[in-house]
Amino acid sequence: MSRSLPASAGAGAMKRRSRKLSLERREKAWGYLFVSPWVLGFLAFTAGPLLFSLYASFTNYDITSQMDWVGVKNFHRMFKEDPLFWISLKNTLFYVVLMVPLTTLSSILIAMLLNVRIPGMRLFRTMFYLPSVLSGVGVYLLWMQLLNPESGLVNQILSLVGIDGPSWLTDPNWTKPAVIFMKMWSVGGGMLMYLASLQGVPEQLYEAAEIDGAGAFRRFITITLPMISPVIFFEIVTGLIGGFQIFQEGYVMSDNTGPGAPMNSLMFYNLYMYLKAFKVFDMGYAMAMAWFLFLIVIVITIVNMLVSKYWVHYEGGDQR
Amino acid sequence: MNMAAAAAARSGFFHNRKNRKMLTRIIVLILLTAGSVLFVLPFWWMVSTSLKSPQEIAQYPPTFFPAQWHWKNYEEAWQLADFTTYTINTLTIAVFAVIGHVLSNTFIAYGFAKIRFPGRQFLFTVLLSTMMIPGFVTLIPQYILFAKLHWVGTYLPLIVPGFFGGPFSVFMLRQFFMTIPNDLIEAAKIDGANHLYIWSRIMVPLAKPAVATIAILTFNGAWNDFLGPLLYVNDVSKYTLQIGLESFKGTVSSAGMQWHYLMAGSLIVLAPVVLLFFLFQRYFIEGMNISAGTKG
Repeated sequence: MSRSLPASAGAGAMKRRSRKLSLERREKAWGYLFVSPWVLGFLAFTAGPLLFSLYASFTNYDITSQMDWVGVKNFHRMFKEDPLFWISLKNTLFYVVLMVPLTTLSSILIAMLLNVRIPGMRLFRTMFYLPSVLSGVGVYLLWMQLLNPESGLVNQILSLVGIDGPSWLTDPNWTKPAVIFMKMWSVGGGMLMYLASLQGVPEQLYEAAEIDGAGAFRRFITITLPMISPVIFFEIVTGLIGGFQIFQEGYVMSDNTGPGAPMNSLMFYNLYMYLKAFKVFDMGYAMAMAWFLFLIVIVITIVNMLVSKYWVHYEGGDQR
Repeated sequence: MNMAAAAAARSGFFHNRKNRKMLTRIIVLILLTAGSVLFVLPFWWMVSTSLKSPQEIAQYPPTFFPAQWHWKNYEEAWQLADFTTYTINTLTIAVFAVIGHVLSNTFIAYGFAKIRFPGRQFLFTVLLSTMMIPGFVTLIPQYILFAKLHWVGTYLPLIVPGFFGGPFSVFMLRQFFMTIPNDLIEAAKIDGANHLYIWSRIMVPLAKPAVATIAILTFNGAWNDFLGPLLYVNDVSKYTLQIGLESFKGTVSSAGMQWHYLMAGSLIVLAPVVLLFFLFQRYFIEGMNISAGTKG
């Protein structure tokens, strides 16, 4: 870099420092410029809406009229006067409580099978993984057909082993198990993460344990599980957050009498919130519901983080 | 303990280590074959139902292969719903979504990965924690915002937010950019390049695999998006494939479910995603692996 000769050494040093300062300042400016789209988006589409909805949850609001401050009335209505709120919460909890352990177990099991060295493994992995990239109405329609009591494949297979299958989507007792059945088809995403994690477990650990006389079950408990526990933790946290957001299944898979049917058995929390917000424009109430859900998710995530200290092992972490 | 008996047991077929490994592999192979048959059957059922006549679908017990292949089902389904329009609409949204996501996320991720500025760590933590917010909490106020802007009924609410980055993609690209050596940037700077130049001419081209992953996942997301179009699109001529298929279900099932049409329609909508998957399998998997990378 060529610089003009300074009049004196002292002035040169000062100039150099100010030049360095301005370079630093310019670097900062570039930094802010580069992250600015996200900052703007965050303010406009996340932080702004969050604050607005927090305020609006204490009001009566239907978009067109003025917002009326009603205090905690929306929450009072939710907890005390609205049986459908509780039904939708219970349906969602039922789904989440069954869904998360079932997908966790099955995806770990499949991942372990897919981690064995046998020919044709690539094809097996593809077949198990593919369903998980498919989503949307097409998949729901497919499963409505598969679960059709008369012409569907599921009951046909069940009848082969002598089971008289239920009428899945029209019997309120079976609609949620039907949805869970469908979800099990797309465990591939989680499975792939477990597979990646299993492949990172050093072979020597197993060999050493085997020499010490540890059986397969023992090796699984003392080596495999701790080694993949960070992924289990991640999957459980995201599975819970995602599970509480179930919406489309209730909207699309319910029968013709309306969303959530039959008998509100598929009325999930988000579906009910959607109906409140966009069908009857009870926006204040819907936003109160949304914040209550947010609170549930935050509490569950924090509890998860706290509990994780006791069972999640990070390589190079304090535990070692 | 009887040493002789123990030795005899050890030398038995199942106690030979090699034999045991072989046996495990055979059991795994059987389990995997059975499992993958179960995973593939739903597809086959969709294909076969879409090619059957309504009479054959109603038959009991159901048949695994169509007695006659009714290719006409596809033609008729395509005409019963305006799939041509839906496809064009969905493609329009998806293309803009991909452009928006690739531009904004590479831009933002470069800032987080390669430029030092005060508050960077804090902002990045905020960005990651936004992944925890349930969609509906911000969805309703966003709808109100777009309603006030008179954007409801247009594709703008589905496209514009994509130009402001998304936490998952930023995270993923940042991970990728961090692996590119800083010397490269320093060298470019000495040659007089500014960050805009480095981002567009050096970093993005180097990050091609990651960019492809983002592009494909975004395309897939836009293709499968249901709630967005459900909220913001109200004119039938602007329906996307997902909304179109849902309304097609309503039309077709008014006189009992016509599964041959419904399965043909579903396959029409799902086919591009399946095709994309087989063409770009590794990019789907890369996206998964990056999220697995958060375990550290």
